Amino acid sequence: MNNKFVASDLLLSWSIPFVVLIFWYVVTLGQSSASLFPPPSDVGNAVIRLMKDGTLAKNIEISSVRAAAGFVIGGLIGFFLGVVNGQFRLAEKILNTPIQMIRNVPHLAMIPLILIWFGIGETAKIILISLGTFFPIYLNTFHGIRYVDNSLIEMGKTYGLTRFELFKDIIFPGSISSIMIGIRQSLGRMWLTLIVAETVAAKSGIGFMATNAREFMLMDVIVLSLIIYALLGSISDYVAGLIEKRVLRWHPNYR
Amino acid sequence: MSERKGFEIKIKNLSKFFGDFQVLKDINLTIEQGEFVALVGHSGCGKSTLLRLISKLEAPTNGEITLNDVPVKKINPAVRYLFQEARLLPWKSVWENVAIGSTDRSKEKALHALKEVDLENKAEEWPAVLSGGQKQRVSLARALAGNPKLLLLDEPLGALDALTRINMQALIEKLWREQGFSVVLVTHDVSEAIYLADRVVLIEDGKISMDKKITLARPRVKDNNFAFFERLILDKVMKNDKESINEAADRVYSI
Repeated sequence: MNNKFVASDLLLSWSIPFVVLIFWYVVTLGQSSASLFPPPSDVGNAVIRLMKDGTLAKNIEISSVRAAAGFVIGGLIGFFLGVVNGQFRLAEKILNTPIQMIRNVPHLAMIPLILIWFGIGETAKIILISLGTFFPIYLNTFHGIRYVDNSLIEMGKTYGLTRFELFKDIIFPGSISSIMIGIRQSLGRMWLTLIVAETVAAKSGIGFMATNAREFMLMDVIVLSLIIYALLGSISDYVAGLIEKRVLRWHPNYR
Repeated sequence: MSERKGFEIKIKNLSKFFGDFQVLKDINLTIEQGEFVALVGHSGCGKSTLLRLISKLEAPTNGEITLNDVPVKKINPAVRYLFQEARLLPWKSVWENVAIGSTDRSKEKALHALKEVDLENKAEEWPAVLSGGQKQRVSLARALAGNPKLLLLDEPLGALDALTRINMQALIEKLWREQGFSVVLVTHDVSEAIYLADRVVLIEDGKISMDKKITLARPRVKDNNFAFFERLILDKVMKNDKESINEAADRVYSI
């Protein structure tokens, strides 16, 4: 019975992309692959072609690794700063202003500087993605920790919990729903930054694949790149949803 | 009664200021080992503050509190506090919540304490599925898991419905008689105070205005003798109210 629900949920959540695919097929019926909007079959052929020469898998892998590395570094920095500033007023007083200043410079505006400093190698892209992802996680961790129910902390103190236990058993679990919101926002910014970075300056990755295809007017590859970004984004969101369900399983809304 | 005795509490010349406002004025009170004392009074009279001072959630401005002749310097693991709300951690299962009460976090002790409040069958559930009365029983189990020598009850039954209250009162009395810890109960319900306590202490305006031994046999029934005590204490509360109303009126006329 449970499986039936999952199947119908899956069907529902993919119904609109499926309708769009049919619409796309109908509209582009009879067009050649040289047209400005290639039919789905062309894109399918592009998948086969790129899979055969191995570039598709390689580029997806490169892009995913970049995204993940930047996200992990940025996320950890954001989480750490959020915890420190959420727990210690002094740290907040010292650190909050510079963090807000950094935030107010759009991280994509740093591209010229970062390219000059680090070139177009992996470091530059990972730094950019870290810059893009740290802030939502920082802010949501900070607020999550600040708004943990004070009566629970008081309870913990009367029961003699140490500072570390207070954090581990009360403050961290109490802020985790907020942290998950930050993670989801950061995932969005992660893909955005990756795409921009790979489009502007890269020699590999999906963004490079699309930019390169533009030079040769390979419309099918350009459209394929967009679809891959959409799929990667929805996969990462799905995984985040699974994690959220797991870590918030005590919460009545997640049952 | 078991051989393990409760704490003897001695309160000497205790006062507490919040800013310029004096909440407690020179309180002197001794609570014997294993005694059940109820503090009654209007809200804002300082009875909850007194409880918070005994548990060291607040520090006194002047005076001293000793437990078995040892001054209260920090939160004592043998003193357990029961709040008006259950204050269970929603992300921990029922038994894990109870385990917080014992210093070694043992599941065995937690299950034993749950058995005493007749909730061992809920050990693996999340707190969110429990009713209000069950939650409060779990928090009672948490307080008992550490084998307390003193239980501080801050209107723990105030938010419960009438029938659940009666059950909880009987349960608290039973556990107190079995385990022999001392109890200080803060309540605004005079009838509850008389049902449970060896002594009822009336606090008005930060001072003790009445200290009455309840000489009724246990378990107590609400007969004429019970009504006598109830009347006695209520009259005292009401009479002082009338006086203060007259006083206020006099002040108004004197302008």
